Amino acid sequence: MQSLIWLAIALPLASAAVLLLAGRRADAWGHWVGVAASGAAFLVGFLALIEMLGKPAEERALDTTLYTFIPGSDLQVDVGLLADPLSITFVLLITFVGTLIHVYSVAYMEHDKDRRRFFAYLNLFVAAMLLLVLADSYLLLFVGWEGVGLASYLLIGFWNHKPEYATAANKAFVVNRIGDIGLIIAMGIMFTTFGALDFATVGQLVGNASTTTLTAIGLALLLAACGKSAQFPLQSWLGDAMAGPTPVSALIHAATMVTAGVYLIVRSAPIFNGAPDAQVVVAIVGAITLTLGALIGMAKDDIKKALAASTMSQIGYMMLAAGLGPIGYAFAIFHLVTHGFFKAGMFLGAGSVMHAMNDQVDMRRFGALKGAMVVTWVTFGLGWLAILGIPPFSGFWSKDKIIEAAFVGEGWQPWVFGLTALIGAGLTAFYMSRLFFMTFHGKARWTDEVHPHESPALMTVPMIILAVGSAFLGLFLAVGDRFSHFLEPVTGHVEHHEPVLPVPVIMAATLILVALGAVFAWLKYGRAEVEEVAPAGSLATITARNDFFQDSVNRAVFQRPGQHVTRTLVYADAAIVDGAVNKQARGWASIGEASRKVQNGQVRSYAATMLVGLVIVVAVIVVGGL
Amino acid sequence: MNPMNYVILAAILFSIGSAAVLLRRNAIVAFMGVELMLNSANLALVAFSRIHGELNGQIMAFFVMVVAAAEVVVGLAIIIAVFRARQSISLDEPAELKG
Repeated sequence: MQSLIWLAIALPLASAAVLLLAGRRADAWGHWVGVAASGAAFLVGFLALIEMLGKPAEERALDTTLYTFIPGSDLQVDVGLLADPLSITFVLLITFVGTLIHVYSVAYMEHDKDRRRFFAYLNLFVAAMLLLVLADSYLLLFVGWEGVGLASYLLIGFWNHKPEYATAANKAFVVNRIGDIGLIIAMGIMFTTFGALDFATVGQLVGNASTTTLTAIGLALLLAACGKSAQFPLQSWLGDAMAGPTPVSALIHAATMVTAGVYLIVRSAPIFNGAPDAQVVVAIVGAITLTLGALIGMAKDDIKKALAASTMSQIGYMMLAAGLGPIGYAFAIFHLVTHGFFKAGMFLGAGSVMHAMNDQVDMRRFGALKGAMVVTWVTFGLGWLAILGIPPFSGFWSKDKIIEAAFVGEGWQPWVFGLTALIGAGLTAFYMSRLFFMTFHGKARWTDEVHPHESPALMTVPMIILAVGSAFLGLFLAVGDRFSHFLEPVTGHVEHHEPVLPVPVIMAATLILVALGAVFAWLKYGRAEVEEVAPAGSLATITARNDFFQDSVNRAVFQRPGQHVTRTLVYADAAIVDGAVNKQARGWASIGEASRKVQNGQVRSYAATMLVGLVIVVAVIVVGGL
Repeated sequence: MNPMNYVILAAILFSIGSAAVLLRRNAIVAFMGVELMLNSANLALVAFSRIHGELNGQIMAFFVMVVAAAEVVVGLAIIIAVFRARQSISLDEPAELKG
């Protein structure tokens, strides 16, 4: 099945085409085609995994070339799919979580008349995301990269009859373009340095390149990753992207697409291993984003935006781990997988709550929902325990490893990164507990017309499955470092390093901080009364509530000057470039206008002109003596 | 007699012919002016032939006569066509090709 992995991409793509081309005729059954295509892709991935596990570790990667994409003497790019442990991990995460979210969407989007189109876009996303992770060259990865960007844009703006939703879609698209420039620049440098764009050749030739070149490639790749994964300073689009339907937020903006940046960094491990400076920058970006995201999450009252801030923060953890080098790669991917489960589960839970509360998102009008929605409460609770990192739930196994790895090293780095990751865990515990208690506990602060009820089975079953994953997947994969060994052919074997602090101390500190965060949140938002209208808050709260004024900064630093530059250029174009051409044309036109008068149509005046000409010629001949 | 006199006569005839073309409105008269110019040229050619003592000029004159005959056919046909179309042969009236 490993050589037939292309089927995993082809089936959802074909389904998307069918759903889009069949039009309204497919309205009755289209969503089940979408579910089936996603499920079939999962089956293909699962069979490939079984085949892969049957082989010895070093033979597990299989690169199949489908056809030549760009034939050329200097640059030849083949469409090839690389099925190795890393990409299979992603294939399974995308298709498994994706299929569950497809099923969930059948019920969630039931009353939307465009449900078929929604499933077409979801399938398109799954196909593009699989192409992204299965590609064996940067150029083909870029095709998938743009494909998921397109699908994300279409799905954020799915309800584009609301202008602010359409604006959010545009914002996501434009910010992602900035990241794409980084990927294009990286590919350009790679092509001039290595003459190839496929992972295998780049990985082989990486030793020939200078550190400066590798650092440049690494920073360009980091820019790309920042755009796609909503990392500082390109994180502003993710909060607004919550305009999309909640299953989209769960699949694209929590579990899969936004983690593509982490995938890119880990996939480019040979480059980053040769560029320590770029690695440090990756880790710094991750550390900044994990703190920023956590602080924003503490202040948001919109349940989806709080979860989006949390996603940003958790991806910050993954980035931090990826920036630590070989010791962190496997943990970054591990956290990515567990996060994919618990965050998707919590987003689906949030969707279920919104479903019950007439699509309200303000947590200050929730409260006491645990009685009305038991399944949602329990599944969300498991996700909450997982993200907090309470043993033995999934998040503990992955996040704790990242915190430990962050403490490994020399000089200032382990202290800065390690302490940031440690404090981040405490902040995470606070904002997630705040979200959980405000929504499910305390007193009911519902608006008058809502009557909360549990969601239908089509929605709760995917939530239950994801909750089971949130609870036990981490333990299952962590036993005997199973997952790290599985990824070893890609991420490389690493000797054990001792952190600067003893491991039990780190673990205890983490758990104490987490417990403190949770207890503090319980005192403030569980036991105490929560105001129905957000209080004005301190300067810090207002700052965090407004995403650290990132939008204002972007507007002042990039948008306004950009607009001035374009306006000046348009004016210069009209006045100078077009002006010169137009003036010249006007000059020629007036010459024509003047000479037109000579052609008066009078035969005798023409004859006179000829005679004058003749006389002049004769005179020249006679006088000049020619 | 000095053959240069014929050349001078040819010049006088050419001037008269060109004056007729430029000054008269009647197409037939202007046409006669054209003929006069052609024949003045013939006279000059014959005179040059005499001066230089060779036959080239006379041969040229015959060619000019042939061309003039053909030109008369075409020219008169045009004048008749114009007359049929406009009931007039004034040269000043048709100005459709004005720019």
